[in-house]
Amino acid sequence: MCRIGAIKSKVPFHPSQALRLMLPQQEGHDNSGFAMVMQDLDGVFAGYKDKPLLSLACTAHGAKLAEEYMKAQNFVRDFEWVPKIDRRPGLDIKAMPLYMFRCYDYPEEYQNVSWQEKEELLLDTRLALRRLLEKDDQGYVFSFWPDVLTLKEIGDPSDIATYFRLWDDNGELMAKNVVTQCRQNTNYDIVRYAAHPFFIQGYTLCANGENTFYTKNTEYQRSLHRGYNGFESDSQNFLYTLHYVLHELKWPIKYFKHVITPLPFSEIEKRPDNKELTAIRQSLAHLEINGPNTIIAMLPDGRMMTCCDSKKLRPVVIGGDETTKAIASEVCGLNVVLPNRNPELDVYPNEREVVVITPELEVQRWKQ
Amino acid sequence: METIKTLDITFNDLNWKIEYSPERCTMCGSCVAVCSFQAIEAGVERHSKTVSTARQPEPVQQHKAVPVIKQVNGLANACVGCGMCEKVCPNRAIKPVRNENTRAGVLGRSGGTPIKRGGRNNLIKDNTLDKIVVGRISQMTDPSLDAERHTFDILAPFGRVLTPGELPFSTAGGELKLNSSTPPVNWIYPLIFSDMSVGALSTRAWEAICIATAYLNEKHNMPIRMCSGEGGMPVQLMKSEYLKYSIIQIASGHFGWNRIVKALPDMKVDPAGILIKIGQGAKPGDGGLLPAAKVAEHIQAIRGVPKADLLSPPNHQGLYSIEESVQKMHLSLNAAFKFRVPVAIKCSASATSVSVYNNLLRDPYKICGGFFLDGIQGGTGAANEVSLDHTGHPVVSKVRDCYQAAVKQGRQGQIPLWAGGGIGLTGNAAADAFKMICLGANGVFISKLLIQLCGCVGNEHGRCNACNTGKCPTGICSQDHRLVRRLDVDKAAQNIVEYMLAFDMELRKLMAPIGNSSLPVGRSDALVTTDKAMADKLSIQYAC
Repeated sequence: MCRIGAIKSKVPFHPSQALRLMLPQQEGHDNSGFAMVMQDLDGVFAGYKDKPLLSLACTAHGAKLAEEYMKAQNFVRDFEWVPKIDRRPGLDIKAMPLYMFRCYDYPEEYQNVSWQEKEELLLDTRLALRRLLEKDDQGYVFSFWPDVLTLKEIGDPSDIATYFRLWDDNGELMAKNVVTQCRQNTNYDIVRYAAHPFFIQGYTLCANGENTFYTKNTEYQRSLHRGYNGFESDSQNFLYTLHYVLHELKWPIKYFKHVITPLPFSEIEKRPDNKELTAIRQSLAHLEINGPNTIIAMLPDGRMMTCCDSKKLRPVVIGGDETTKAIASEVCGLNVVLPNRNPELDVYPNEREVVVITPELEVQRWKQ
Repeated sequence: METIKTLDITFNDLNWKIEYSPERCTMCGSCVAVCSFQAIEAGVERHSKTVSTARQPEPVQQHKAVPVIKQVNGLANACVGCGMCEKVCPNRAIKPVRNENTRAGVLGRSGGTPIKRGGRNNLIKDNTLDKIVVGRISQMTDPSLDAERHTFDILAPFGRVLTPGELPFSTAGGELKLNSSTPPVNWIYPLIFSDMSVGALSTRAWEAICIATAYLNEKHNMPIRMCSGEGGMPVQLMKSEYLKYSIIQIASGHFGWNRIVKALPDMKVDPAGILIKIGQGAKPGDGGLLPAAKVAEHIQAIRGVPKADLLSPPNHQGLYSIEESVQKMHLSLNAAFKFRVPVAIKCSASATSVSVYNNLLRDPYKICGGFFLDGIQGGTGAANEVSLDHTGHPVVSKVRDCYQAAVKQGRQGQIPLWAGGGIGLTGNAAADAFKMICLGANGVFISKLLIQLCGCVGNEHGRCNACNTGKCPTGICSQDHRLVRRLDVDKAAQNIVEYMLAFDMELRKLMAPIGNSSLPVGRSDALVTTDKAMADKLSIQYAC
């Protein structure tokens, strides 16, 4: 089983906070990996917020391939941050030889194009790099997006943090938003791509649970968008559905919940918007999920969202103070990172509820 | 002494022999009275008997003329094995026995006409669906549901579903609004009482299914729909509120449509749908057939025809291509009901089904509201035996092929797939339906099972199958009022209702262990089979 978490703060914080959120919950996960997506970066990346940032784990040959490809596409490297590795013996980590975080300038011909065109370019570039590095297992591209950094590795989360020196709050790696998770997806093969959070075009998502409609979702999503690929985990379906509903269909955020866990027909009938909800349910029947799940999503504008399956078979709690909010599968995580918050204000969303944390840290909640 | 020639047809040439015990028989006559085929008659035989009538045993052998029940020789009155004689005999003195050495198949084509019968294919012995099991059980982190306590959303679409991008939505104030109408879609129970006409069925049998339909809807909140079959509907029903539970069929003979069209202005509610019948799984490429024997006066009235063999042409006249079919039939039928009623199409499963489905999926009018595929194991009231046994296509792999063709194009679910033809063949309709749904069907349709619940004794081993003769011994497939009176309408309706209640619970019992509260359409990962070839063909897991 997974445990998932996220922290959103008005002031930049270090990834060690995310680890502190997750480690108390380790009875529920299996300490088999660590993954996080950071958004709204600070520290060494503070000056490069508008430059697409490539998060890459690879071999030396993979690095060369990636560099050549980026050059050929006229991307110009502007900044690189390489974590200082702690190679002390005995750490439980299956590390890749190299980890690179590079900010690029857009190719000359893309300098003045619309954001929509840039979005497509960034996605296509990531997909191309992925295909390039997939051969002979030369590396993994987790994200290529402005102001977004992804780190994923297999092993014990504490050891992974030691390896990357994430425990050292040295001010280098900072962000206002982090979504994280401490388990490799063990339902399928242990591969880095199978670890959530997953990312596509500014949308980040991680999920705790089983998606029993994985086959249905996957078969449908494959034909919806070129970026919907991989499917190493049954949780990727949630991300692609989120991206499809918000980014492709451009529907308001509240309809995401109506797509993944539609109301029973008997309830839809009684609603004033029954025509719309019926149309959505029937047209997107193959994106419904029907297992136990909780998701945490981070949107391109920095909002965070969480909701559960329609039977609330997986828990989640949201809590915080005026500066920081956190979301976690279990309240023990919140108690460590936000010990002084008022726990009476914690929100335990029900099976029909959606909770959104705005960039101003306002907690919005509504029933679907 | 009776003279017999070797070419004379006697009862040992027939499919069924009557086994009779004169010593148990009291000559009550019940068996002769009940036999609608006049396959048995009362007669006299000369028997050698040892009798003793004195106080002390004084056995004497005598030759006596004994009244007996005899099987009638000849094909016209051949016993069909229905077993009514056995059912009514108070002394268990008589029963039909299958004749292993039958010559009926050879002799039955006398007069130069093909053998005709009703029922199902009698050659296919195994049931594909029984070789598949639900093998993906929710355990541990993914909990099974409780079939008794959880709520389940057991509904299927009937109607054309648009892609999300095609929905005429506008956004205002964080809300989506539908700006114009979309094709009608009715969400109904994933099992349809399939098309059997008034004519093929007796009025009582048809009525029993109507009663069961209404009862299930109104008392049990199960939105079951019943298809009229090709033959029209009673005008009173068309003018009643109950029309909403009916799917009206139009087939190549257009029988009954004169009355349907005339009733249009008086319809208080819309029917649940229209089903254009192109083909039937039991006799693909052949039109409907109602023998003159069954065209009773009331059938003539409903259909608007004289007493004659009613043969529907093999194809809808005037239809040259599928494009034309879509344009002419779909559009005109949609228009007739002002685009409020979904119009679907029923075809016999065929090697070409995927092409047909693809064409419908791609039609620019987006007007086909369902693709009903009828497999070789479907039943019929009358057909040439050569069609029944030797033409057709199994439905299981064909529905899967169609679903996968839709998946390839990202169009799954847009034209709902409904599967029939052998669903419930072994009595387990819920298991069959569930497996078909996992393979990609949205729902199933059944008919033979319904008449079996009304008392039909026919089976796939050549028993009875006399639906075409008008002599149905249970009064289901006959218009002879003496036979029809045998059918207890209320009991038949009750049987159907009870079966459907059990079906519903069994469906939950299959959804619960895979952790799904809504229908797992296309969840092929839930199925496994021990047959490798089947696993490969259906793209499901092989297990051993």
